[in-house]
Amino acid sequence: MEKLILRRVDRNNEEMILNFGPQHPSTHGVINFLVETDGEVLKKAVPDVGYLHRSIEKIGEVVGYPGFMPYTDRIDYVAAMFANEGYAIAVERLLKIEVPKRAQWLRAISCELCRMASHLISVGTMTMDIGAFTPMLHGVREREAINDLIEALCGARLTYNYHRIGGVAFDLPEGWRDRTLRFLDHFDRFLPEFDRLISFNEIYKKRLANVAVIPAAMAIDYGLVGPNLRGSGVDWDLRRDLPYGAYPSFKFSIPVGKGFFGTSGDSFDRYYVRCLEMAESSKIVRQALESMPDGEIMAKVPRNLKPEAGEALSRVESARGEMAYYVVSDGTNKAHRVRARTGSFTAMGIIEDVSRGLMIADLVALIASLDVVAPEIDR
Amino acid sequence: MTTHDVHERLKARFGDDVGPLSEPKIDPFCVVKKDRLVEVCRFLKTEPGLELDFLEDETAVDWPKRNVIEIVYHLLSYKHRHSIVLKVEVARDAASAPTVEGVWKTANWFEREIYDLFGVEFPGHPDLRRIMLPDDWIGHPLRKDYQEAGGWHGMSNVRENPLVELKRLDDARKAEKAPKPVEKAAEPKPAASGPQAS
Repeated sequence: MEKLILRRVDRNNEEMILNFGPQHPSTHGVINFLVETDGEVLKKAVPDVGYLHRSIEKIGEVVGYPGFMPYTDRIDYVAAMFANEGYAIAVERLLKIEVPKRAQWLRAISCELCRMASHLISVGTMTMDIGAFTPMLHGVREREAINDLIEALCGARLTYNYHRIGGVAFDLPEGWRDRTLRFLDHFDRFLPEFDRLISFNEIYKKRLANVAVIPAAMAIDYGLVGPNLRGSGVDWDLRRDLPYGAYPSFKFSIPVGKGFFGTSGDSFDRYYVRCLEMAESSKIVRQALESMPDGEIMAKVPRNLKPEAGEALSRVESARGEMAYYVVSDGTNKAHRVRARTGSFTAMGIIEDVSRGLMIADLVALIASLDVVAPEIDR
Repeated sequence: MTTHDVHERLKARFGDDVGPLSEPKIDPFCVVKKDRLVEVCRFLKTEPGLELDFLEDETAVDWPKRNVIEIVYHLLSYKHRHSIVLKVEVARDAASAPTVEGVWKTANWFEREIYDLFGVEFPGHPDLRRIMLPDDWIGHPLRKDYQEAGGWHGMSNVRENPLVELKRLDDARKAEKAPKPVEKAAEPKPAASGPQAS
């Protein structure tokens, strides 16, 4: 790879600047890249974001505290549960509300199902970007089943609006537990099948191993979070290291990229960490369904939410890594400032640096392996 | 180490340039003098025992009444699992803060976002451009006194409520269907002001 670059850099007659996007299917939404290339080799790719900017943070200052919950769905519509949960936790911290046990368990169940759904889309679209179409359909098929479950739980398939400040909106419907367990039995068999189908495919492995390597120190410096950070070999997961909600009660392991078929921190590691995480999520959902406590699903929350002046930060481990909400209250019934720190935003920031010297086709692998979602970057 | 301990060490090193830890209503923070910010950040990142290597978030909060914009830094240490919140206050009319891009690379995009949405300058930043909005956008939307310019390059950013338009169409249709007003309506009404006036 490096030899190839050295040979080509000397030849200056093929340099050009291209627009890669904003409607390219493999850019995962409306993102533009200004690509400086020398033939097939990138000099650099500069991300140009903002096409989906809706100023959700400003909306958060205008609508009241409970009214912002549906907007959080739109921050990351592939994994909306986490956005719900993060915002709910931040406001609960401001209001000093204790969430009932059952609601915490329901949150964990819904979030882990959502993580599975989001990762299925992530690994599915990744295989599609690389050129294998079938695994994407398998992923979407399984995600449909999860969507059905979540629809039965909260009535929505994409923008859930399920979590509430102080708890969750609905309790488990009848028969949902058995249905979910049946699905998990199926899903645990599906994962090895998926691995056999694509993950361990020789062409696929060679296509991704050692491509776009992000060393651990660089990943931390650039603020990568979640599976991207763990793919670089940093053993950090908020669910275990700064636990919140019901997570201290569950046993699960944190998959970390160790260079499965190449270097730690390459595209394959970031991809495969997600595959492994899905199995862990499945374990968590099982444990949560088994140890589900009885009781209320909503805390006593005043109708008019007026937190005292102050500020609170909440961190949740979203499918795209740490999602932090920073909510500042000035004592009125509307937030003074709502800030959502998202994983995709910082993941985009690293692309310019990592893309130097990549092949154009590998840029697609890099974007897909970072699992960026456009609305989450732009908010 | 707790946030309190981190602050103690910061205080021991920088003295009065680091403000006291705020009353811990929910999350405490400390205000740092603008000129010492980069030094403080580098100390926090590299000092053994502190090693706050992760700039979790950098954002701003506008306080028009106090005429300041606060830049807020959330720092976290992966190794020691402690965190601290720093704040720098800049004046609203001459908003400018030192860049910490040299300490944490991730500040590059965070600061671009603050520049875009709050209009805070970061001298020394390598690539200070707007990030979310178009380069020729007027104003900084997350400031509290932001007024929309009413469109961009002739594209309006307001539209009539679609229901209003539907109602107008409905009314027009009704008026068409309704029988033509007969001449009687055009006749001057008989004076009946007496009962109306009372």
